Amino acid sequence: MSEAAATLTYREACKQALRDALKADPRTFLMGEDIGRYGGCYAVTKGLLEEFGEERIRDTPLSESAYVGAGIGAAMAGMRPIVEIMTVNFSLLALDQIVNNAATIPHMSGGQFAVPLVIRIATGGGRRVAAQHSHSLEGWYAHIPGLRVLAPATVEDARWMLAAALVDPNPVLIFEHIMLYNVEAPLDPAVTAVDIAHAKIRRAGSGVTLIGYGNGLVKALAAAEQLAGEGVDAEVIDLRVLRPLDTPTILASVVKTRRVVIVDEGWRSGSLSAEIGMRIAEQGFFDLDAPLRRVCGREVPMPYAPHLEDAALPQPADIAAAARSLVRPT
Amino acid sequence: MPALGADMESGTLAEWLVKPGDRVKRGDVVAVVETQKGAIEVEIFEEGVISEFVPVGTEVPVGSVLAYVGGGAGPRAAAAPPIPKPPTIPPPKPSAPPLITAAPPSAAAPSAAVKITPVARRRAAELGIDATALKGTGVDGSVTLADVEAAAPAAPPAPAAPKPRAGFDPAEMRKAIAAAMVRAKREIPHYYLSHTIDLGAALAWLEHFNAAQAVPQRLLPAALLLKASALALREVPQLNGTCTDGVFRQGDGIHAGWAISLRGGGLVAPAIRDADQRPLADLMAAMRDLVQRARSGGLRASELSSPTVTVTSLGERGAESVTAIIYPPQVAIIGFGTILTRPWVVDGAVVARPVVTVSLAADHRVTDGHIGARLLSTIEHLLQEPATL
Repeated sequence: MSEAAATLTYREACKQALRDALKADPRTFLMGEDIGRYGGCYAVTKGLLEEFGEERIRDTPLSESAYVGAGIGAAMAGMRPIVEIMTVNFSLLALDQIVNNAATIPHMSGGQFAVPLVIRIATGGGRRVAAQHSHSLEGWYAHIPGLRVLAPATVEDARWMLAAALVDPNPVLIFEHIMLYNVEAPLDPAVTAVDIAHAKIRRAGSGVTLIGYGNGLVKALAAAEQLAGEGVDAEVIDLRVLRPLDTPTILASVVKTRRVVIVDEGWRSGSLSAEIGMRIAEQGFFDLDAPLRRVCGREVPMPYAPHLEDAALPQPADIAAAARSLVRPT
Repeated sequence: MPALGADMESGTLAEWLVKPGDRVKRGDVVAVVETQKGAIEVEIFEEGVISEFVPVGTEVPVGSVLAYVGGGAGPRAAAAPPIPKPPTIPPPKPSAPPLITAAPPSAAAPSAAVKITPVARRRAAELGIDATALKGTGVDGSVTLADVEAAAPAAPPAPAAPKPRAGFDPAEMRKAIAAAMVRAKREIPHYYLSHTIDLGAALAWLEHFNAAQAVPQRLLPAALLLKASALALREVPQLNGTCTDGVFRQGDGIHAGWAISLRGGGLVAPAIRDADQRPLADLMAAMRDLVQRARSGGLRASELSSPTVTVTSLGERGAESVTAIIYPPQVAIIGFGTILTRPWVVDGAVVARPVVTVSLAADHRVTDGHIGARLLSTIEHLLQEPATL
């Protein structure tokens, strides 16, 4: 038991998931920039080249459009490719392939072609790598019909979401937050699969609902702990799946707490938090006992200076303050 | 703030010429207001005691409150709205601006200034409360759900908690029953079904079973009826649970509240937990124990708050059938009338049979009659095979 329940980093969980997938299905292979010899920009694929060889762990040229396109073609031809994009900012070079091809081919071919492609993308800020590598653009992908968009925030989801994503005949994007790779947590040996359809309540509460994903979830949980010390009982929802959104779980929590704070590292205007807030307004309006609140990234290109980067990102204290303003307005 | 000219949008209170608590009469000059046209005296057209002044130096939109004039009985009632903070953008001018006038005592804050949260507005409508008259404690002074509920007529208490010292106080019990039943009739749209069941097989089996038992171990028909009801609820779980704020929650087991009338008047319906899983002898013992403890005041609060459904049986001296009222927040109550011998058609011939009329009252917000009918017919089928109960 103690051995089985050993703690694991999020990075190692991602790697174990990849290794499982490579072992389980000969059609699976990895493609990406520096994933082989260098072991991946965030060291997720370190050692896999030695273990599985160059056929299955493929270093690609620095052209996101080319290798994501190759991944789409391989998936259409019956393979199960897993493509890594170093950071979500770079994924924009492959936006045409992802949006115009991966997401549309199953529909435009009348179901003749599936695109069982998985794209892993590092996202988020906080690592002092400036505005080329620190943004949170996953909300853009959550806008696109035909994609499933996942955001593992826990070691367990990092370990098990990939297997479920590979089973999906449609393209699945997995956003791994760069601040989570070093997070360590015990892995419940009884869990060997997770769903990729539902949000999860990570902390039950009755006073206010905090909604987050990725590192935003970790910060929301920290805020909830802070609030608990003040007698405010926060419920924390881990979205997990950014598209399609699990609206029923959100609405059920609204009925319970009647107050909502949405945490989104992305920029406020036109963000995923805006969509969530609007769904609550549309479907849960009469259950609300306070205005909706959002804690989002500041609308600036991510600053490089540490204090400015911290100020640009939602922090637990900001989340707690927003929650407090709803629960104890005076 | 009087409109001192058609183009005036607001004025600044420059000086009060009376003190709060002073008695004023029609024609008195009470204040000086600074306008674009200079300082202008404001006279009053009401009689009474003036209070709650807008502070000197405040810019006040035309038509807003400067002070209150009351009948002399002191400050306004607590429920009256506070003096509104002057909005930064003055409200539109009245189409026919009055001449110089002070605000009448009934002047309320403009309705737009009263913020009521969506859920509070809905709850206020349910309770028939005027939420605009409440003091808000929420964001931006909004009236919240908690504010509305605090203003609600005393909510019905949770199922009467026992007084450990002296057993049940009949007067308090009456109040609790009244509150619960009023709430049930106000909030729960009941639907009713009833069905008459041949008890021939069940009573024959019971007689046979009891013949082999010592007197204290003998079963009463009520035990069979309760067990059949509990088992039927397994098949129709939609009737086993609670409904709060319009949300149904299925019970975490079938905990049948067994209605017991008390000698001093009133009744309680303590729970027999997991009634569907208990053997008949165990169930009978539980019923006897509850009756005894209910009448001697030894019930536990948990027994009173945990039922997921109520079963009532009128017993030997009862009437033919009962149309019961649901005990909130439960969603159903099953009632058995007294067992009577009646002409009954068996295999095409009219014979005398013991029959009982079982009724169901259920919450139409949660289920429809089709579901309810399934429960009653399931109870009937179960009672035809008493050995399986």
